[in-house]
Amino acid sequence: MPRVPLPSPPHRLLAGRLGPWWQLFFRYGPPRWTLYMRHNWAGGRLVIAVPYLWLLLFFLIPFIIVFKISFSEVRLAMPPYAPLLQWASEKVVDVHLNLGNYLFLLTDDLYISAYLYSVKVAAISTLFCLLIAYPMAYAMARSSPATRNLYLMLIILPFWTSFLLRVYAWIGLLKNNGVINNTLMALGVIDEPITMMQTDFAVFIGIVYSYLPFMILPLYSNLEKHDFTLLEAAADLGAGPIRSFLRITLPLSMPGIVAGSLLVFIPAVGEYVIPSLLGSTDQLMIGRVLSDEFFANRDWPVASAVAIAMLVLLMIPIMVFQRFQARELAGAK
Amino acid sequence: MMKKGRHWFSKTGLWFGLAFLYVPIISMIVFSFNNSRLVTVWDAANSPTLKWYGELLRNEQILGAAWLSIRIAAMTASGAVILGTLAGLVLARFGPFRGRALLSGMTTAPLVMPEVITGLSMLLLFVALEQLIGWPEGRDITTITIAHITFAMAYVTIVVQSRLAGFDQSLEEAALDLGARPAKVFFRITLPLIVPAIMSGWLLAFTLSWDDVVISQFVAGPGSTTLPMVIFSKVRLGVSPDVNALASIMVLIVAIGVVASAIWMRRQERRRDREMQMAAAANK
Amino acid sequence: MAERRNDNKREPWRDPGAQPYIQIENVTKRFGDFVAVNNVSLKIYQHEIFCLLGGSGCGKTTLLRMLAGFEAPSSGRILIDGKDMADTPPYERPTNMMFQSYALFPHMSVAKNVSFGLEQEKLPKAEIAQRVDEILDIVKMREFAQRKPHQLSGGQRQRVALARALAKRPKLLLLDEPLGALDKKLREQTQFELISIQERLGVTFVVVTHDQEEAMTLASRIGVMNRGEIVQVGTPSEIYEFPGTRFVADFIGSVNTFEGRLIEDLPDRVRIESHELGGVVYVDHGISSAPGAVVWAAIRPEKINLSRTAPAQSAENCVKGVVKEIAYMGDLSIYLVQIGSGKTVRVTLPNIERLSDDERILWDEHVYLSWHSSSPVVLSQ
Repeated sequence: MPRVPLPSPPHRLLAGRLGPWWQLFFRYGPPRWTLYMRHNWAGGRLVIAVPYLWLLLFFLIPFIIVFKISFSEVRLAMPPYAPLLQWASEKVVDVHLNLGNYLFLLTDDLYISAYLYSVKVAAISTLFCLLIAYPMAYAMARSSPATRNLYLMLIILPFWTSFLLRVYAWIGLLKNNGVINNTLMALGVIDEPITMMQTDFAVFIGIVYSYLPFMILPLYSNLEKHDFTLLEAAADLGAGPIRSFLRITLPLSMPGIVAGSLLVFIPAVGEYVIPSLLGSTDQLMIGRVLSDEFFANRDWPVASAVAIAMLVLLMIPIMVFQRFQARELAGAK
Repeated sequence: MMKKGRHWFSKTGLWFGLAFLYVPIISMIVFSFNNSRLVTVWDAANSPTLKWYGELLRNEQILGAAWLSIRIAAMTASGAVILGTLAGLVLARFGPFRGRALLSGMTTAPLVMPEVITGLSMLLLFVALEQLIGWPEGRDITTITIAHITFAMAYVTIVVQSRLAGFDQSLEEAALDLGARPAKVFFRITLPLIVPAIMSGWLLAFTLSWDDVVISQFVAGPGSTTLPMVIFSKVRLGVSPDVNALASIMVLIVAIGVVASAIWMRRQERRRDREMQMAAAANK
Repeated sequence: MAERRNDNKREPWRDPGAQPYIQIENVTKRFGDFVAVNNVSLKIYQHEIFCLLGGSGCGKTTLLRMLAGFEAPSSGRILIDGKDMADTPPYERPTNMMFQSYALFPHMSVAKNVSFGLEQEKLPKAEIAQRVDEILDIVKMREFAQRKPHQLSGGQRQRVALARALAKRPKLLLLDEPLGALDKKLREQTQFELISIQERLGVTFVVVTHDQEEAMTLASRIGVMNRGEIVQVGTPSEIYEFPGTRFVADFIGSVNTFEGRLIEDLPDRVRIESHELGGVVYVDHGISSAPGAVVWAAIRPEKINLSRTAPAQSAENCVKGVVKEIAYMGDLSIYLVQIGSGKTVRVTLPNIERLSDDERILWDEHVYLSWHSSSPVVLSQ
């Protein structure tokens, strides 16, 4: 519902001087309460308030709690961490700000190498996803509307089936007496099974396989909007197919590439299920480290510190993603 | 000429990609009919068999977990649709207001937020809340549902918001102009028009909840083990033939649903196109 | 042109005692730093068809949306029927609007669309049905009552949108580019239908359009807008024959302007020496400007004569030139003639008789351009 903004204040002199200050509180002018209630409180404000409060309580505040706990000390109790603030006496608040958890992350090799490994795995998987998804999205965008819908359905269908089971399916294919090895041996290509399970390769396969639709869909929705007469114009002006792809299609599809890559990369960094099922136990990914700290070691403060460190790492990609998302939705108008 | 050549390359890519997507699923379905306990070694003598399907139906643990998951997913989907629709409406229609950027950020961040972080933060919130106000007492189906609603509503918000951005705001203005109050405009005009988006949002939220294992692991209590949690612990120990059967059933249900809805939508579209052509022809 | 009879009842704006139906007083609308509507004041009377005419982004639609209540003025006030509208939301205003996109509810049939407004008034069912039929009869859409909007052609949708906006019998109907989506033939036909419906129902129309022909056909008065300001208000013939500025002269129809200096300024005649013309323009009506000031003489293309021989009094209001381009339009021909100063002058001649090629003026011919001394309009800005 369009909100009806109030006419600006009659005393513009005041507005000139105090404008920026009171606008912090009243965007549409100082309150004329009856009107303000009628237009803004009755329905509109309530509609804003419900999802807003939910997200504040269940999305934002939890991060603040994680942040807080990352500075506290572990102890054997439930909950297993010491409070940050304690009333040492009547008037004195004792602050137990403990940077030890973060120092621990920096000094122990396990964490640093887990972070680097996670970023590496996520980056390589994202690249492979892009290489596989781009031609697929391109072919879909250039086919007739009827077949386009069929392809779209075929891409989305696996996405609706269980993610866990799709990862599980790869175990059956990749393990030493799995389908791939059995087939190759039966054909006489190899004599001994190739070890594929619990390798980086298996993790790449698992991530690429699970996240492929997230790469295809943004690429497709971008490529679908392209005006293919641009390519005809380029051909008409003498550009070969490769040149016109590099100079026209690729730059125009950049928003799709960035959105799809971030949709794959960011969750892949924190991936937990895929490396647990397909990956090796020697080199852990950071998501696995976090849950081990939490469940196995019951060290909630260190787990929180790991989470905060991961968030800091992903902050920039997440913000870039949000800007793209907002622009995309604004562009839809 | 140039067109053909390029098409050939991307078409091959498409078919290669589709094969990549479907080979594991098909192999899983095929081996669900295999008699051998070794799963991937085909027992030609006694296969195909429905043995594992029968075993699955007698497995109390899996059936119980599945029923729990369905209940959680249905509640999640319904809650996420209400909150997500409100959030999508606010973002698409309420214009600028203080705090809009924060709301928009809080609705897009869960789309990419690694699940371990979401799960950890939700659990710590519940623990803190329990200490502070005594609610929720322990972790159970309620905490799982709340956590699922929070990340699923982000998807519903995006779906609803882009649907609202796609249709003309003057429809709502016209209703206001004809004397309908804002609440009435929402129920008579806006809501009927975004019903398709809400429906697909509901299904999406249902699937996300049905599928989730990581967040559930953090916020589930001892008495509330969801189906993905059961599968995850089974699969960690290696492949097992009844999981193949379970997977096949799920693929079948989803495939039927998706294909049926695609056919229905195609029909609707065709009818609409035909009517529009007739209207255009009649005018000449 | 739908000329109206010249009595005071038909032209209430000439009657100082008449009560305006809409009063727009010093209304300004800002979007951030952008001023969409700048200090506009207007009075619109009952039973008028008032057209707001201007290019895209001139603020005409914003002004209309403020009348409907979708935007609130940043400053100034709007009165409808003597009542300040600042606190009245759109759903309580005595106005209805016909949207540029028509905004027909896609999930409702034609009849449901039309009855939507009546249902909000909580009228009895039978009365609603009767009024829907009535209004659908007026727009000749009764047989399509059960169709959905997507089953209608563009012209039919336009009629339904009009019927829906009229169904509540508003005193004031706001129309945003009402004919913009129709093709040219249909548009001309619909223009006259709109006028006859307006006269029959006695509604006041405020129409926003960018199409000057549409404005000329429909309007009792036109308000020409540019960059958020009203530049001139007047009847179509006033606007065309006596434009107030070069912008208006140029925006409505086409015009030849010659920059010059006033050399004689008397109450009943004016002389302008123009270097662009290479001669003197003599005008038989006075203007109010200081002698020596820079002014422009504006002459409409159809008011210029084209001849092979010099006219009788060729000292003033006459210039020699060479035909550079001819465009044959059927009903008239457009000539572009280059005069001595190098400026190109546009002349239109009606094709009243079928002339053979010898009789017609052709390319590269030397011709004389002349005009009557009442034809030029002297503009000071």
